[in-house]
Amino acid sequence: MKLRTLTLGLLSASALAFAAHAESITIATVNNGDMVRMQKLTDDFTKANPDIQLNWVTLEENVLRERVTTDIATKGGQYDVMTIGTYEVPIWAKQSWLLPLDKLGDDYDAKDIIPAIAGGLSVDGKLYAAPFYGESSFVMYRKDLMEKAGLKMPDAPTWDFIKQAADKMTDRANGVNGVCLRGKAGWGENMAFLTAMSNSFGARWFDENWKPQFDQPEWKNTLQFYVDLMKADGPEGASSNGFNENLALFQQGKCGMWIDATVAASFVSDPKASQVADKVGYALAPDNGLGKRGNWLWAWSLAIPAGTQKADAAEKFVSWATSKHYLELVASKEGWANVPPGTRTSLYANPEYQKAAPFAKMTLDSINAADPTHPTVKPVPYVGVQFVAIPEFQGLGTTVGQLFSAALAGQSSVDDALKQAQDAATAAMTEGGYIK
Amino acid sequence: MARAVTTRHKTIATAAAWIVALLIFFPILYTIITSFKSEQEAIQGFSLLPSGTMESYTEVEAQRGYFKFFLNSVVLSVGSTVLALVIAIPAAWSMAFSPTKRTKDILMWMLSTKMMPAVAVLFPIYLIFRDTGLLDSRVGLTVMLMLINLPIVVWMLYTYFREIPGEILEAARMDGASLWNEIIYVLTPMAVPGIASTMLLNIILAWNEAFWTIRLTTTNAAPLTAFISSFSSPQGLFWAKLSAASTLAIAPILIMGWFSQKQLVRGLTFGAVK
Repeated sequence: MKLRTLTLGLLSASALAFAAHAESITIATVNNGDMVRMQKLTDDFTKANPDIQLNWVTLEENVLRERVTTDIATKGGQYDVMTIGTYEVPIWAKQSWLLPLDKLGDDYDAKDIIPAIAGGLSVDGKLYAAPFYGESSFVMYRKDLMEKAGLKMPDAPTWDFIKQAADKMTDRANGVNGVCLRGKAGWGENMAFLTAMSNSFGARWFDENWKPQFDQPEWKNTLQFYVDLMKADGPEGASSNGFNENLALFQQGKCGMWIDATVAASFVSDPKASQVADKVGYALAPDNGLGKRGNWLWAWSLAIPAGTQKADAAEKFVSWATSKHYLELVASKEGWANVPPGTRTSLYANPEYQKAAPFAKMTLDSINAADPTHPTVKPVPYVGVQFVAIPEFQGLGTTVGQLFSAALAGQSSVDDALKQAQDAATAAMTEGGYIK
Repeated sequence: MARAVTTRHKTIATAAAWIVALLIFFPILYTIITSFKSEQEAIQGFSLLPSGTMESYTEVEAQRGYFKFFLNSVVLSVGSTVLALVIAIPAAWSMAFSPTKRTKDILMWMLSTKMMPAVAVLFPIYLIFRDTGLLDSRVGLTVMLMLINLPIVVWMLYTYFREIPGEILEAARMDGASLWNEIIYVLTPMAVPGIASTMLLNIILAWNEAFWTIRLTTTNAAPLTAFISSFSSPQGLFWAKLSAASTLAIAPILIMGWFSQKQLVRGLTFGAVK
């Protein structure tokens, strides 16, 4: 009798454990404000889906990238949902590492996703990741300093105007730098900015035959303009400034202009964190009249690895987190200004959102001005605005980023940096079998 | 006169020791100071005077519970150290008291495993863990940490055991003690200070191990290293929160180290006086 009770007990316990296990999904993510907010709001999801339990793994961006790559390449099955960017999606989808998202539900309205963003997350017309928040880049500037300089920022400035304004706004005696730009080396740091900038100068990473183009005049113009601009009007030690460093400088009133992610708008206009919250204006990223602007396109997105055993539960979660309902949920709990931006067209038509987020229109215009499938003036064999969607780009992009960061720091000349970049890119492309 | 010189030398030596100690401790001190700043203050430049806000601690605890990570750190560091001692004591005994001509080579070979960068074996280890179902399990990670630290444990114990006169063990044997009794009742009690410092040092090493503990865990077995790493943010200020998380993570081990500093110093300087 005792034995039977024990056996029954054990069986039911293991059945329970199995049930709980079968329905718990693990989500890997980064520690961005919007992601943290989502973790606080998951009660809404678990109430509607009591049989699904959510486990969160939050990691530093580069560690996350390394971990999910290891897991997905070895089919480790540790994650059921992973947060990845626009760079990974086309590469991983082609390797069949991701499941296509075709069961997001009837009321999901996938057509509402901003076309430029959806395009970057699709392969052969199939969506492989759902955007959680999307961003482009634009100019954030101090309206008061611009007025003091006697200038008026156009909605769509040119690089020459930026240079002219930066020269006039720079007041180093009072700690004001005309312009703050990324200088910290990394494919997602200075190279995101410089690659997007180079598009507006008519440059490209590779020609149609994958031959690197750093020896062309367009790249020389880009890098020379950037280095000269930063030397004359940039902050001290700019070669170690990334997004967060420039954010702090701008919030402290030390930058006249800052060209960076549109998502920064909600930080610089937050009176609790920013000393210049009521003085910020927005404009499209600059151009040179060649038909391309210097703005990028990125979306932190939720994808489901092919190795998962719980695809249905995972897809339910992805659908919830990227739905219109979720945007309304955030708005009702934390206000429209805190809704994750850049994913759905309907959000930008919402008058309440337009009122709460003065940067809304400029964000949407910036996103729409980027085209990941035709990013450059001259034709290219790759997809991606501020990156090249090939596996080799992470390593190569960072190597070139280091060379350009050194040029900014004055450790090497622009010509030397470009020559070395050309050599490094040629070597990487030859090794990767792109150049035959 | 001679006395005066000695005092002066002493003063200089003491001052130098303090300067070196402060230099070494400064990053930790600055982390603690930063944890009591707001995010704005934290990035504003160097300052030793925080506003004393506790908002980072509240935020860190609200975002991710500390206790689960703490518990995993305790289980992993203590578990792996105990397991390592169980294996290393007999190993070090045999090398110290009945060495062969290959003993030195074996010791060197064991240490050489520490010379390889961990990332070189990431994929094989990850695959083994995947196939044996050990990913994100405390058991798997305990074994992994034990293996990582085993060479150091063996080396430290070997050095301590060498200081114990072999004649005492011989005497025990003459009195009829079996091998097992000899190790348990004669050798171990005499080597307690050495074993204790080895244990403490290895708990610290396991507590701070950040490569494997982050890469082989997801949620169930994630220790404090994963807790710290989760507060770095690509878009948004995070220095104060990261400092608060780091302070919370190092506090237990710092307190433990403080109370056991005598053993630790002996452990860290073993062999230095020979």
